[in-house]
Amino acid sequence: MGSWIPATERDTAEMLAVIGVKSIDDLFASIPETLRPKSWNLPPGKSEMAVRNEIERLAEKNVPGQLCFLGGGYYDHYVPSAVDALSGRSEFYTAYTPYQPEISQGTLQSIYEYQSSICRLTQMEFANASLYDGGTAVFEAATMAVRCTGRKRIVLHESLNPRYVEMLRTHAAHLDLDFVSGDDPTDAACVMVQNPAFLGDVRDFTELGARCKAAGALLVVSFYPVSLGMVKTPGEMGADIAIAEGQSLGMYLGFGGPYLGIMATRKDYVRKMPGRIAGETTDKQGRRGFVLTLQAREQHIRRTKAMSNICSNQALCALRALIHMSLLGKEGFARLAAHCHSKAEYLKEKLTFAEILNQGPTFNEFAVRLPRPADEVVRALSDSGIIAGLPLESCGAGGPSDLLIAVTEKHSRAELDQFAAALENAACN
Amino acid sequence: MQLIFEKSQPGRRAIRWDTLDVPEKKLPADLCRAEAAALPEMAEIDVVRHFTHLSQRNVGIDDTFYPLGSCTMKYNPKVAETVAALPGMARLHPHLSTSTAYNGNVQGAYELIYELERELAEIAGMQAASIQPIAGAHGELTGTLLMAAYHRDRGNTHKDTIIVPDSAHGTNPASANIAGFKVVEIASNAQGLTDLDGFKAALNENTAGIMMTCPNTHGLFEKDIAEIAKLCHEVDALLYYDGANLNAIMGECRPGDLGFDVMHYNLHKTFATPHGMGGPGCGPVGVGKRLLPYLPGPRVVKKDGGFALETPEKSIGRMAAFFGNYLIAVRAYAYLRHYGGEGLHDVSRKAVLNANYIFARLKDAFEPAFDGRFMHECVFTASKQAEGGVRAMDFAKALLDEGYHAPTVYFPLTVPECLMIEPTETESKETLDAFCDTMLKLAERAKTDPESFKEAPKTTSVSRLDEVKAAKDLNCACL
Repeated sequence: MGSWIPATERDTAEMLAVIGVKSIDDLFASIPETLRPKSWNLPPGKSEMAVRNEIERLAEKNVPGQLCFLGGGYYDHYVPSAVDALSGRSEFYTAYTPYQPEISQGTLQSIYEYQSSICRLTQMEFANASLYDGGTAVFEAATMAVRCTGRKRIVLHESLNPRYVEMLRTHAAHLDLDFVSGDDPTDAACVMVQNPAFLGDVRDFTELGARCKAAGALLVVSFYPVSLGMVKTPGEMGADIAIAEGQSLGMYLGFGGPYLGIMATRKDYVRKMPGRIAGETTDKQGRRGFVLTLQAREQHIRRTKAMSNICSNQALCALRALIHMSLLGKEGFARLAAHCHSKAEYLKEKLTFAEILNQGPTFNEFAVRLPRPADEVVRALSDSGIIAGLPLESCGAGGPSDLLIAVTEKHSRAELDQFAAALENAACN
Repeated sequence: MQLIFEKSQPGRRAIRWDTLDVPEKKLPADLCRAEAAALPEMAEIDVVRHFTHLSQRNVGIDDTFYPLGSCTMKYNPKVAETVAALPGMARLHPHLSTSTAYNGNVQGAYELIYELERELAEIAGMQAASIQPIAGAHGELTGTLLMAAYHRDRGNTHKDTIIVPDSAHGTNPASANIAGFKVVEIASNAQGLTDLDGFKAALNENTAGIMMTCPNTHGLFEKDIAEIAKLCHEVDALLYYDGANLNAIMGECRPGDLGFDVMHYNLHKTFATPHGMGGPGCGPVGVGKRLLPYLPGPRVVKKDGGFALETPEKSIGRMAAFFGNYLIAVRAYAYLRHYGGEGLHDVSRKAVLNANYIFARLKDAFEPAFDGRFMHECVFTASKQAEGGVRAMDFAKALLDEGYHAPTVYFPLTVPECLMIEPTETESKETLDAFCDTMLKLAERAKTDPESFKEAPKTTSVSRLDEVKAAKDLNCACL
């Protein structure tokens, strides 16, 4: 039958003889006839070559664009070849959870190094082995803040990605939580902010952090990893929990996933943090080794009383992030941020025909108001291979003519000039 | 082995940058970090060697047999990686789905999602499926939120309890808890099945539903499932199917036909997407007619000769920012396409054949945990060997020295000294025979030389690790 099943007819016959039954059907005798499938309407199988042709045809129907200025929390960064080459080693990607640490030191040490890199990047004290993505990290941070404070109020700052807020409300629909907008930490479990904001503004939340501390609330900062090559860190602002969408650290855009949920916290709260944590220890001979630790917080032991239902982590994505950060290194990470910021500023200055909606500084993303509806403009540019940005009305974050534009290191000056001219042409003529 | 930070040399770089072709700009100083992040400074070759050496301290499916019960460690076909890396898939920005202005840019992706969701629904006898949930546990949470939405919509405010068998994965009660339910655990009977009397005693007007898997985590088909479903539905309680074991029954029976109302699929188990050391997975949710109106939105629908997005009127909302782990779904789609309906049926039949073969070869040396006919995995107890000083974990460690990954040990929690073996359909008879020979050899050695097990593993890069020290000293980051 299928090429991924080795059993020959002879194997099957020999195995059935050892089992002591006449046919494979006998092995399914415990399923009553009345419960057999009512239908099985699936297409016939086909060769690997035919499968590949079909999916290539589907891929060709997608138009990712030659030039992409879409952001909104997910960015088109360059992924160095070594990230694919190393994370593509099957000892990593075909392994499972490190249940047997003696043969999983590759997994465990890489998680430990990932946790360390995240702490160094954010200037927080502890990071977990990763969560699903940036959106679910917001939910996990909110419930963690509830556990840390015993309070039920979650304050949502206007800077947050509206998509994350939608997800948070879905996930928490049957938990007894009280969501309010603004930045008042009074009686709150936490105030959740995002930096840079969804619309790109870079702020300093240090003063809010101090107010949170005085009120007994936690400050949760959702950050954009690449921005931390330049921007003040969650640790410096006094964040209690730092979370992020880690896609920008070596994950492909991939129409939404797989991505990486980053979470880090202060020492005081590490035992309230959800998800796996790798820790250093020694073996019987005193050699350095790594294990999953603090597992008494987790579902497989605590069941109903677990801090989260999270079972796994995005280990392969965390590995990609670690490799990406290691290749960039101390200087490269800062250069990446400098390139993104400088190029975005260059483009911003070029768009004289549009109104910049941000009041203060931005990092690599900003919102503009165009003279024409954003939908019409992006449609026109898409036809020439340019993905112009995110029409903000489509996600409830702006008016019909508002467009969110992101710039990365991938965009050359010539491409920025080309885009500025094309946008002006589409928006003004 | 050294940490990557210990290999760092000031001034060394892996990446060369083009000269910045626009004027360099900086943010105001009060918005900037005081000093650069202390990431390693290394040449590319040193980064490559570091991670190559780390990979050599790991074991994957491509290295060896990996009979982890309940985890379904089957071969991960390479073509799935190729199609997921296609630029038309990998480079697609998710916000292209946010504005309808870009609808023409994502028709291929929508077609794939539409067809995959349709086929997933058909495989399990569900009305529809959604690929939004990001992992199995996330699928469980989605499913229990759907159950909660159903009861809230029908004014079933008294329905606040979910029944969970004691053999269930720990994620079941944890997920139900987040969806706002109380959890009542019921004990399995001596045959390893859900105890019908215990179930009846737990079931009442306040029951919102039951979470089960079938075959259950003991590897046994729940013979009373039709009766359980009937009794549940009589009190308007819903049945949740944990898809962890769907790989045992494809083409033989379908959760929907068994009476289940909602379920999740583990694409990383049944449909062979790589486990990636624990993730990324993908945990689509499937629903029958009762929960159809509440599915997460938006959903891909057929419209005007193409595909578009629509959100069901009573949708619980977004579980994922977009379409979950889309590139994992692409891999699963390749798997489904290769096998087709007939091939998927064969997958389950050969998985059950392989598990029963291992059982037949080992049942005289290791005590079966239950009398019934195992399906895709077999469960033994090493209680007798443990009396002689060799515990289930000792067998696991000894197997590492023999070049295998260990079976699942100490799960399900219902079986003392549990050894749970799941071979999957992708292993050849020779591989199974070699593994069984090794297990029989170890069973003999447990009688004659139990002490030798305490030293295992001896051939791995580290020996048994001090877990107490890790928790006590709590060093989780090199700062």
